[in-house]
Amino acid sequence: MLSESDRIKIAKRVAEGLEDGAFVNLGVGIPTLIPDYLKGKQVFLQSENGLLGIGPTPDEKNINMDLISAGKKPITMDKGASLFDSSDAFAMIRGGHVDVAVLGALQVGHYGEIANWAVPGKTILGVGGAMDLVAGVKKIILASTHQSKNGNPKLIDKLTFPSSGARKADMLVTEHAVFKFTYDGPELVEILSDISIGELRKITGTEFKEKITTSEGKETC
Amino acid sequence: MNKLITPSEVLKYIDNEDTLLVGGFGLSGTPLTLLDEIAESGKKDLTIVSNNLGEPAKGLGKLLLAGCLKKAVGTYFTTNRDAVSAWNAGELEIDLIPQGTLAEAIRSAGAGIGGFYTKTAVGTKIAEGKEEKIIDGERYLLEKAIKGDVSLIKALKADSLGNLIYDHTARNFNPVMATASEIVIAEADEIVDEIPPSEIVTPHIYVDYLVKNKYVKKGGVYVERV
Repeated sequence: MLSESDRIKIAKRVAEGLEDGAFVNLGVGIPTLIPDYLKGKQVFLQSENGLLGIGPTPDEKNINMDLISAGKKPITMDKGASLFDSSDAFAMIRGGHVDVAVLGALQVGHYGEIANWAVPGKTILGVGGAMDLVAGVKKIILASTHQSKNGNPKLIDKLTFPSSGARKADMLVTEHAVFKFTYDGPELVEILSDISIGELRKITGTEFKEKITTSEGKETC
Repeated sequence: MNKLITPSEVLKYIDNEDTLLVGGFGLSGTPLTLLDEIAESGKKDLTIVSNNLGEPAKGLGKLLLAGCLKKAVGTYFTTNRDAVSAWNAGELEIDLIPQGTLAEAIRSAGAGIGGFYTKTAVGTKIAEGKEEKIIDGERYLLEKAIKGDVSLIKALKADSLGNLIYDHTARNFNPVMATASEIVIAEADEIVDEIPPSEIVTPHIYVDYLVKNKYVKKGGVYVERV
């Protein structure tokens, strides 16, 4: 089980890489921690149930369950926020107007193939907006634990779980490392823990190239 | 022209085996008063098109427990454990559709479009059996429009003509659903004399009947009026 500090580490690293002024859609799980680590950067958070400009979580007295996130949690609106219906929300997503989607992952293939909605052998009764985000957003960042709860690597040669679409991820951030995906597979661009590259290879299910940059040259997300 | 009817009159417009488009994202933007009437009516074999099936014993969850449903078409049903057990028991058919495709399919029906090509779900299980087409070098799926016999939508305010506005993110699927059925019934918290034209989200041309919400909002959620 991933500790809270590891979850925060992943969220912080993704937050660091988001560019000022970006339009960003955050998936459930680790991505929801990202707003706390934006450090004054102006990032416009889009919610697929019809809001651009999610603000901080309200205190209990100011909750309106008709002002909620896609994860159905109460939210507020930032200055300049706008409200719209589901078809407009998905026109933004599917039409390529949203810059970045930060999503969780169940498995990631060698070229950045994404599986984030269903597990084989289990009842599949939910897809939500996952496939729309995968197909339509300009850049896909996966924020995920390096291994599954059973200790299996998430980054593997080929998906065995159902795919979320033909489109591939651009980047994967785990508690140990940051990978960028290119046409010939994953490149390790940063190490985020005290793990050695040899150990990292042992807990990763596919080959990767080493392209570590200096801390000054951090990849933007 | 009086569009205001009582909640029970709604049942005149709904037949067994009808397809109902029901607004809401979870319980937000769901016409709870209308759904209560249907749950108690004994209507059967309804097909529901909605993002979710409410929550256990709430909203559309009531219709499920009352045995009114044959099929649910939507995007996310695991938040209602009753829906999962009904599906496992073979008592409920489920058609899972990506959320953007659902919104666009309903919008298309309302705009007289028979179907559309989208990149969403290309190469996935959801694409099985659907026509694929390459357009300008990219893969797209053909998705058909989705229309209903009756749309049940939830507004914050209506004027007596049936112009509607919504509360924040309770808007969700309601405006598109208001365009996509033979009969459209809107439940509103308040019926007012006039809504400023520049604030109207759903113009009254789409709305056939209005019903007043019997629930009131307390602490940010709808509760029974006492």
